[in-house]
Amino acid sequence: MAVQLLSGNEACAIGALRAGVKFFAGYPITPSTEIAEYLSRKLPKIGGTFVQMEDEIGSICCMNGATAAGLKAMTATSGPGFSLMQEGIGYSAMTELPCIIVNVMRGGPATGSPTRSSQSDVMQARHGTHGDHPIVTLCPWNVKECFDLTVEAVNVSERLRIPVIVLADEITGHMRETVELPEKPLLWHPTNPRKPRDQYFHYDDSNNYDSNIASFGEGYRIHLTGLVHRKDGFPTNDPEIIKWNMDRLRKKLEDNESWLWDVTFEDLGSETIIVCYGSTARSAMEAKRQYERKTGRRVGILRLRMIWPFPQQRLVSLLKSARRVIVPEMNQGQLNRSIERTVSPDVPVISVLRYDGETLTPEAIIEAL
Amino acid sequence: MKTEIRLAGTGGQGVILASIVLAEAAGVYEGRHVVQTQSYGPEARGGASKADVIISDEPILFPKSRRLDVLVCLSQQAADKYFDDLKVRGIAIIDRFYVRECPREGTICLPLSETARNELGRELFTNIVTLGAFAQVTRLVKLHSLEKAIAERVPLHTLEMNQQALTVGWKLAANPL
Repeated sequence: MAVQLLSGNEACAIGALRAGVKFFAGYPITPSTEIAEYLSRKLPKIGGTFVQMEDEIGSICCMNGATAAGLKAMTATSGPGFSLMQEGIGYSAMTELPCIIVNVMRGGPATGSPTRSSQSDVMQARHGTHGDHPIVTLCPWNVKECFDLTVEAVNVSERLRIPVIVLADEITGHMRETVELPEKPLLWHPTNPRKPRDQYFHYDDSNNYDSNIASFGEGYRIHLTGLVHRKDGFPTNDPEIIKWNMDRLRKKLEDNESWLWDVTFEDLGSETIIVCYGSTARSAMEAKRQYERKTGRRVGILRLRMIWPFPQQRLVSLLKSARRVIVPEMNQGQLNRSIERTVSPDVPVISVLRYDGETLTPEAIIEAL
Repeated sequence: MKTEIRLAGTGGQGVILASIVLAEAAGVYEGRHVVQTQSYGPEARGGASKADVIISDEPILFPKSRRLDVLVCLSQQAADKYFDDLKVRGIAIIDRFYVRECPREGTICLPLSETARNELGRELFTNIVTLGAFAQVTRLVKLHSLEKAIAERVPLHTLEMNQQALTVGWKLAANPL
């Protein structure tokens, strides 16, 4: 391990490579382009494939195809491209193909502010594609975590057979810091043996997650469709099976919440607690540092590394003693509503918002303290 | 100690590359905590461009510079915009050719782009000349660390010229006109 000066986007691309990603399909877009740039140079050298597609709809479908054939695959984009990808995200959820999307957020809606920062895709990451679907969303707050959470995204996506989104933003993506990245990060490998060909069903009750699934080309009978399907993958309109299929998707998250819900925290005994995620967590930590030096009063910090599935029960217990909760976000208020639901109605949840493309400052948070 | 530095100019002048070299020199070769950020317009050349580097002895949380210890301006527009962010006792270095109206007394006015043009044959090297001058004036980073960082960051065929540019900038600021 050597110390390097890297941007978050570069660290993310390196994370993908070290997690075993061998395929990238994408379309360049600020502020995510450096991920594609980096992988376009590296993937061909290690026997991988880089494809620049005609747009982001093509990109995600291309990635889904590569995953169906058994490769670890990824794409990276930003707001407008993320909008185009929604259809493919739903397809990945329904067909239970692993799927990794890095969305380096910029200002929206539409083409918005390409070179400016924002956290306004928080709700889109959860609900962007239609239908009840499982999805995991991870928010890095520094360069090291751009690496760590990309590796985590690959692991979770493979393990649960669901789409995972790394929701970075222009600040974490373009910021450079010195980091030491592990050569061999911990990777998930299926431990259950796969059923023999004549007994294998692609959507068996035994293989909803943590399973050794077959890929195209290995000689197994696999049928993929976006339609609701039976355990053999063929479409059906049978209400009982529709319900079975929907419950199956929901259980991927429900059964795994305990290890999925990932938060870090400090000083939770304090009366005031700042709940934060992504790059605004840096402003929150700085606000805490300055405020405590000045006043001698402690402030709690709770940082969500994973925002979806929302760690509801865990926050309920962690915020039990809070008398005031402050939620800084670079949008018009998106995650604050989920946080409101975790505290009793007499605990004020104060939003500190900024959406002019500039970074939310520690001073703005201190003012609310 | 924490030092906030801003390099600002016009897109194409290489201020972002210069800031990366500076951050790498201080962070990788001198083991300091560094954060480098930038902001620029959508155009490849001609728009306003600025890059911030924070060098500190403790971990850096908020990544942007706000109260500048050092400001380097390679365009009039940058000088007009960012001098307000400079601390009262902050150090300012400007390019004499592009910044015609200097907003504050005590500013170090250097012929950075002219030197690049006249002594190195191309204005392209202004950014590295600037880094050499920066190191001389501020002593925030060793010349040797910058040399190592340049070797990592510039295209190989320009390496020799860039190393020369660094030395030229260092000397220029040692004996300001």
